[in-house]
Amino acid sequence: MVKEEKEIANRPDNTAFTQQRLPAWQPMLSAGIVIPGFVLIGLAFIGIGVALFVTSRSITVLEIDYTGVEKDSPCYKCSDADVKNCVCNLVFSIDSLFEGPVFFYYGLSNYFQNYRKYAASKDDDQLSGDLDAFTAPSDSCSPYDYNSNDKPIVPCGAIANSMFNDTFKLYRVVNGAKKLVPLDGKGIAWWTDYNVKYRNPSVTPLKNAFNNTVKPIFWPKPAYQLDASDPANNGFINQDFLVWMRRAALPDFRKLYRRITEGDYAKGLPAGNYSLTIAYNYPVLSFDGTKKVVFSNVSWMGGKNEFLGIAYLVVGSLCVLMSIVMLIVYAKFKFPEED
Amino acid sequence: MDCVKKKEQELERKLRANDREYNLPFKYACLDVIRSLGVSQSLRVEVAAGESQSPQSALSVDAVKTNAIKTSKYNPFTFLPLNLFEQFQRIANAYFLFLLVLQVIPQISSLSWFTTVVPLVLVLTVTAAKDATDDINRHRSDNQVNNRKVKVLIDRKLRSEKWLDVQVGDIIKLENNQFVTADLMLLSSSEPLNLVYIETAELDGETNLKVRQALTVTGDLGEDIEKLADFDGEVRCEPPNNRLDRFTGTLTYAGQKYSLDNEKILLRGTTLRNTGWCFGLVLFGGPETKLMQNCGKSTFKRTSIDRLMNVLVLCIFGFLAFMCTILAIGNCFWELNEGSQFTVFLPRQDGNDAGFSAFLTFWSYVIILNTVVPISLYVSVEIIRLGNSFYIDWDRKMYYSRSDTPAEARTTTLNEELGQIKYVFSDKTGTLTQNIMTFNKCSINGKSYGDVYDYTGQRLEITEHTERVDFSFNALADPRFMFHDHSLVEAVKLENPEVHTFFRLLALCHTVMAEEKKEGELSYQAQSPDEGALVTAARNFGFVFRSRTPDSVSIVEMGQQRSYELLAILDFNNVRKRMSVIGADTIIYERLHRSCSKLMDVTTEQLNEFAGEGLRTLVLAYKDLDEGYFNEWKRRHHEASTLLDDRESKLDELYEEIEKDLLLLGASAIEDKLQDGVPQTIEQLSKADIKIWVLTGDKQETAENIGYSCNLLREEMNDVFIISANSPEDVRQELRDAQTSMKPGEDSVFLPEGTLGKGVKVMADEAVNGEYGLVINGHSLAYALERSMELEFLRTACMCKAVICCRVTPLQKAQVVELVKKYKGAVTLAIGDGANDVSMIKAAHIGVGISGQEGMQAVLSSDYSFAQFRFLQRLLLVHGRWSYLRMCKFLRYFFYKNFTFTFVHFWFAFFCGFSAQTVYDEWFITLYNLVYTALPVLGMSLFDQDVNDVWSFQQPQLYVPGQLNLYFSKKAFFKCALHSCYSSLVLFFIPYAAMHDTVRGDGKDVADYQSFALLTQTCLLFAVTIQLGLEMSYWTAVNTFFVLGSLVMYFVVTFTMYSNGMFFMSPSAFPFIGTARNSLNQPNIWLTILLTSILCVLPVVTYRFLFIQLCPTINDKMMFKVRQAKATPAPLPRRTRIRRTSSRRSGYAFSHAQGYGDLVTSGRFLRRPALSRSSGLTNAGRTTTGFSPMGRSAGYSPTGRLQNAKVPDVEVASLQMYRTITDPSL
Repeated sequence: MVKEEKEIANRPDNTAFTQQRLPAWQPMLSAGIVIPGFVLIGLAFIGIGVALFVTSRSITVLEIDYTGVEKDSPCYKCSDADVKNCVCNLVFSIDSLFEGPVFFYYGLSNYFQNYRKYAASKDDDQLSGDLDAFTAPSDSCSPYDYNSNDKPIVPCGAIANSMFNDTFKLYRVVNGAKKLVPLDGKGIAWWTDYNVKYRNPSVTPLKNAFNNTVKPIFWPKPAYQLDASDPANNGFINQDFLVWMRRAALPDFRKLYRRITEGDYAKGLPAGNYSLTIAYNYPVLSFDGTKKVVFSNVSWMGGKNEFLGIAYLVVGSLCVLMSIVMLIVYAKFKFPEED
Repeated sequence: MDCVKKKEQELERKLRANDREYNLPFKYACLDVIRSLGVSQSLRVEVAAGESQSPQSALSVDAVKTNAIKTSKYNPFTFLPLNLFEQFQRIANAYFLFLLVLQVIPQISSLSWFTTVVPLVLVLTVTAAKDATDDINRHRSDNQVNNRKVKVLIDRKLRSEKWLDVQVGDIIKLENNQFVTADLMLLSSSEPLNLVYIETAELDGETNLKVRQALTVTGDLGEDIEKLADFDGEVRCEPPNNRLDRFTGTLTYAGQKYSLDNEKILLRGTTLRNTGWCFGLVLFGGPETKLMQNCGKSTFKRTSIDRLMNVLVLCIFGFLAFMCTILAIGNCFWELNEGSQFTVFLPRQDGNDAGFSAFLTFWSYVIILNTVVPISLYVSVEIIRLGNSFYIDWDRKMYYSRSDTPAEARTTTLNEELGQIKYVFSDKTGTLTQNIMTFNKCSINGKSYGDVYDYTGQRLEITEHTERVDFSFNALADPRFMFHDHSLVEAVKLENPEVHTFFRLLALCHTVMAEEKKEGELSYQAQSPDEGALVTAARNFGFVFRSRTPDSVSIVEMGQQRSYELLAILDFNNVRKRMSVIGADTIIYERLHRSCSKLMDVTTEQLNEFAGEGLRTLVLAYKDLDEGYFNEWKRRHHEASTLLDDRESKLDELYEEIEKDLLLLGASAIEDKLQDGVPQTIEQLSKADIKIWVLTGDKQETAENIGYSCNLLREEMNDVFIISANSPEDVRQELRDAQTSMKPGEDSVFLPEGTLGKGVKVMADEAVNGEYGLVINGHSLAYALERSMELEFLRTACMCKAVICCRVTPLQKAQVVELVKKYKGAVTLAIGDGANDVSMIKAAHIGVGISGQEGMQAVLSSDYSFAQFRFLQRLLLVHGRWSYLRMCKFLRYFFYKNFTFTFVHFWFAFFCGFSAQTVYDEWFITLYNLVYTALPVLGMSLFDQDVNDVWSFQQPQLYVPGQLNLYFSKKAFFKCALHSCYSSLVLFFIPYAAMHDTVRGDGKDVADYQSFALLTQTCLLFAVTIQLGLEMSYWTAVNTFFVLGSLVMYFVVTFTMYSNGMFFMSPSAFPFIGTARNSLNQPNIWLTILLTSILCVLPVVTYRFLFIQLCPTINDKMMFKVRQAKATPAPLPRRTRIRRTSSRRSGYAFSHAQGYGDLVTSGRFLRRPALSRSSGLTNAGRTTTGFSPMGRSAGYSPTGRLQNAKVPDVEVASLQMYRTITDPSL
């Protein structure tokens, strides 16, 4: 009242931020954006879907179950758990050239590599070559941390212990003669697994690092003798071991066994008869699991998977359909612009 | 613990002046006990030991009751344990602690400990930091108060001591303008009659000075230190309590007993004014003072969203248990069918059967699925509210430059409730009005003054720039007085006899007290601002009221000093509605002499005009009395006034007799100035469907008048019901009549009498034809608020557009608010400025204080405060609406993103043997809420606006959805959950199908668990981010930065976490090494991400688009309109004052509060030491009620209990009759 001169000590700052006047883009779900947007997305999806579908169709996959549940299966005799060192022969034929490079997978089903306790049953320190963890494996490996004599198990844990141990030999049968198809077991694991994540202790010879430890209970040979043919492919960086240790997300999975890339087979498997000799060791029948071998080639989008292409096609079509519905609704019911 | 008993047992306080040893053994407070109570019940007021003090003083403080106060909670040592203890009392924190315990059990732990610890520690730290800063501030203010100096009489000498060292029984000396140190018994003062003047603004909010008077026996001690030191009076009085307006006790001194009452007590919190010095005896110190006893019991308010959220969280817990149960059962079956056979590769521990496994699984899933109730929800909610509170503090459009007051959000937890207000309860004086009366116009002898015309005769609107009348001819003029019409000054200068008489009358006939501190600097103490305005007007026009004695009044008439003898004072009451010479026009008119009927007509016309502009009008008349007749009359008057029976009616008869055949002088028009923009604000708020009830202590006529001038009541209303009956039956009948006339068809639907309200939970709103108003007075309201009638009252009131309750006590204000809260289930807001509004401010969901004329009491107990009523519309329509919108958007989105996140686990459980395996990387789980999604949603909740503030004002209807709880309710929550369910299905099964049996482009593995986890979490993050983009309607640069930044952050963090370096640091903590590099370079991974993102969003876009087209909400329409309009509209034009052509007018210029009339005659108030001391004290016939807190704070007790339920209806003003001494010609 008296004070006409204005004291403005407490006056708030006049900034766009404090006055909530920040410039902003205010989008709205207007017909002009939504309907063309749907059409565009729909068309793009249909395009991608077609491409994916065509690509997926071009991939050849040959899957053969060898669990041996059926009596006429060549591996039936091996399915009995009491039979040791069983070998069975799987015969199949290819009608036309199986274009290469051909990848040779083994597949398991109803196998819960993603079961929490199974998944946790490993010791990352040990597998990265930490010698302290050799003598004292982590608790998480239990019950595969120590054997009955209290000796540490290396590699410890259920994952390592349950490593897949069927082996395969592929023969091409030409005029009754079996000709071994060379299988490439190198480079089937991730580069990071092979070079970073898993490391052998820097002890030479490798065998010495495993002193005072025992091999996993199910293993026929210790870790440093996994690959007799290649001394460098032993210990924790054995390719098959690496592939196995990268556990699957879902209970049905396949894992890369070998690549067929060499010699006459660089372009793929020629048409003809083949024979697969399987050293049948791995028990799956007790839990209703199945085993299979898969031959497949790949494309830019990876392995054969028709779902993605179909899904894209369906979603794309739905988009287009919805855009038509919206257009009709918009034309008929659009709300009055003035009240 | 026996301290507690002692404390409870303190039925009487006993102390002796100047005798610390005597007072010591009583142990007036037990420090430790109060302290422990303080902890457990979180009382805010505690006894202090003053941590900063030396150990000795702390000890002595422990032993004796001192004046130290402590509002702080912690000291450096107790902070950590106490604060943690408090924090873990919060259910959310305790829940996370429980989760943490679960996580360390190896059999159960499905997640690493850090997933819970990181967020929990973060939350605890932030809260602790906030509590610590608050407490440091409290320590600081405690120290400041405790270390104030005061003079204390110790060892026969006055010593300057700190406040905290003052003890009960000490005698202290206060000087002018000092704060009163403790609750004191006044001993003596520098002023005549041992009076002191105090300002009680801090205590009860009243700004006018109050007077306290010491006992004569102690007053005689004067400032004689020796005598004071020898004073050994013993006081027995009530124990400490919080009643500000009552005190009982006795003083025993020199063998005599004297009774003590509130008149002799100075309370802590008041300030000494206009008094040189005074001595007082400390009765209560520190926490026992009435001020402190009144603090800290403020109830903790929660918003309706809070309450809803609590319900929802409970539902979520139930749902969590349900999900976990399903999964546990699933686990049980899986164990029986599959798990028991899978033992070749995963042996079971001995004795673990399926049932036990299911039990463990249950708890494991409790851990994994805990993210449905994330701890960050609570933190984010607080941050959002805090941010939105800052916007209120920062708003320049709610800053009042004249008093340099910005708006203040005093509570930072109620913002969104501002967007849901349905009922506004407003005080009148000081809230709607400025509580400033200005003399605006007058009519003298039929000529109207006050308007300004230009040379063409057009009436001009008076603005700040209109030229003011120059009062420099009058040295005693009040410089603040403004008048624009020059013709009145001319008339005065021309010595127009009627004009002179007019102003002379104004200068003489009042109960104002004048104070002249310096020569020529007059200041008036008027009980009512109206009186002050009239006297000030007279002063400026050359009739300066200068001083008064009990029997004379001195004025300076056009520079000449004159003195008038005061002959008689006639009481004023409600029935008479007049002050004989100055009074209500309708009444005065009946008493005018026949000779002035012509003048009457002219004046009437002008009066109507004044009233039409909302001015408070008064008619002035005079009468020359025959001396003989007067003497005879005076004798009879004296007889009548000493009668014991029937005195009132006898006096009335006498007044009737003398108050007739008056000669009309003119009329004055006083403007009870409405605050700027009040009518517009009220109009805006009512457009927003907010109901406004005015609860005022004013009289019915005044309130009604203001109701009209502020646009609350309107002429075009179908009817305005006035409920003013004196018995419950009549009140009920009037209410029913009102209902019947509003809803003629349904007169049979009256609620049954008696025990109503048992089954009634929420009373629905009823539609009526037309607009109605309701005015109810205090008496009727008292009946209407009784249990048997409250529903009837509420129903009637809610059918009306506007409700005005007059003559309402503070307690009734709170009762009305409670009534609406209870039965309407609506959100209420109370706005007021005075101490009498505190109860309703505390009772309402939101309390708003106007920081204006009447002290700080209302502001201190309010949740929001600002300087002008008109800011309320901005607070509600802009800040409230935005806050509500943002909070709802936040909650909807937050629940969506967390449900989606969690449900994916649920679906995955069916594919991992119900083993409580997580879908995502543990680091992702830890950081999802804290890092990856925190800022975008915070950004949305801090910046989002559907339409800007200008449009919000333009379209107040936008406020309505908030009142109806449309944006976040159980239904909305359920929709969220369904939406999440859909999204989670997409997010799990699309990657599942896309990755099933697939491999990388080089034939290597990509369907492994780690790649799958990475894929799912990336899909999830994209989906929720895009969803956020859909929710957000206001993309500022900050928002865009937050959204894109968070996505970038996700990839940066992910690649870092999965990098070689991190792995080498700790192989077991970062097992996902290389996953990002190996899978994110695959086109099918990205195609999957694209597919899931689009698929999550498409149905939402479709649904919203169709919804907008088919049944658009008000918001959709508005947003569309705004986008179309592009440019913001011009702000609403300030409309000029609404001129009414109403015959309604009020004649009350006098405050209903008791005036100074008593004092004027008794002489108590006057500084005339010569007057006999005793006569002023023993006021025969009348008790000394002159300064009991009546008026604005009448009957108010902070305990919420009514102290004096019935304010006497008698208006004590006075009729004064003068006989001129020096100027017999009048």
